[in-house]
Amino acid sequence: MRISDQGCPMTRFLLSAPESCERSRKHFSISRGWIGRFAILFIFLTVALPHLAMAHDFTVGDIMIDHPWARATPTGAKVAGGYVTIENFGNKPDRLISATMEASKQVELHEMSLTDGVMRMRGLPTGILVPAGGRIEMKPGGFHIMFLDLQRQLRQGEKVAGTLIFERAGIVQIEFQVDAIGALGSASGGHQH
Amino acid sequence: MQTLKIIRYAAWAMVAGLIFFTAAIVLGWWRVDGPGRVPTNGGIEIKGLPQIGGPFTLVNHHGKTVTDKDFLGKPMLVFFGFTYCPDVCPTTLFETTTRLQKIGAEARDLQVLFITADPDRDTPEQLALYLQSFDPRIVGLTGTQEQVDAAVLAYKAYAKKVPSEGGGYTVDHTASVFLMDRNGRFMGLIDYHEQEASALAKMRRLIAK
Repeated sequence: MRISDQGCPMTRFLLSAPESCERSRKHFSISRGWIGRFAILFIFLTVALPHLAMAHDFTVGDIMIDHPWARATPTGAKVAGGYVTIENFGNKPDRLISATMEASKQVELHEMSLTDGVMRMRGLPTGILVPAGGRIEMKPGGFHIMFLDLQRQLRQGEKVAGTLIFERAGIVQIEFQVDAIGALGSASGGHQH
Repeated sequence: MQTLKIIRYAAWAMVAGLIFFTAAIVLGWWRVDGPGRVPTNGGIEIKGLPQIGGPFTLVNHHGKTVTDKDFLGKPMLVFFGFTYCPDVCPTTLFETTTRLQKIGAEARDLQVLFITADPDRDTPEQLALYLQSFDPRIVGLTGTQEQVDAAVLAYKAYAKKVPSEGGGYTVDHTASVFLMDRNGRFMGLIDYHEQEASALAKMRRLIAK
């Protein structure tokens, strides 16, 4: 095999680790010794732990809700925006028809658009379709859950309880993590698949 | 005899040509530089930028009536929004706040105006409360519906109430930020999706002018 001839380059070793590379793997771990172990522990602590702490997902039936979050609100704000990513692992389409949130008395599903420099917001009275095997990602500038008649300010760092109601999968209890006022979602630590 | 006739005709033709030529020059001077010239836009210099911005009378978030004259001499960022807005308006206010911090002392005399497109719900008190979460240099402006409409019109912006399913309403509005120089002249826009570096450069250029 070509790979063994070349002496197991690191990339090959990491990707496939074929039989012929066993010796070099041992050699690798022995030569790095404690430093290697600490490095692995360090990588685990810095990369994996915050990742595990941030990642929060909820499942109901074939529907998985990934990282529900809301924006912190300015003082006196009566509305807030919530965002979730919905994945449908089933073979039938489902529809998000409604939602609730503990600090809001009225919730609507909205779509925002920006055309010719003008922001437009529209209600989605029939909900948001999640196709079979499909994925809907809500984020600022697109779909959002609109929390109206807000009873209190949402502060960055807290978690607020809520539910999502699906036509087929039913009700799922979730928690919205509250992020910064201007948070855009993608950079806020939500785990990616 | 025949040659004399030709010379006479030619002479008259030259006289006619001279009269026409003189008349054309006089008329041209009269219309362009003389008393008969057509006024161009009330005498305002045309500099290749659209006429955006202009007089407004509104009420600031302290409840005081202000006009565009109160802000002359300061470079301005002007944008429209409303506090019942979950997405664009807090984003713009938040980004403006962080940009003011990034520019630092240079942005000392930069005036930021947040004009509500929803004066019914955005009273001066509501604006004051809302703006506590952002840079203190941001001034909130409201007024009667007519005063707000006039400001929207002056900035050639767009703002329209749209009923929502729950019986309330939302407001569609221009999301860009208007850059105005110290003389109240329009200098450009910061787009909602403007790259951060570009937005900062535009603000710095406006301040330096």
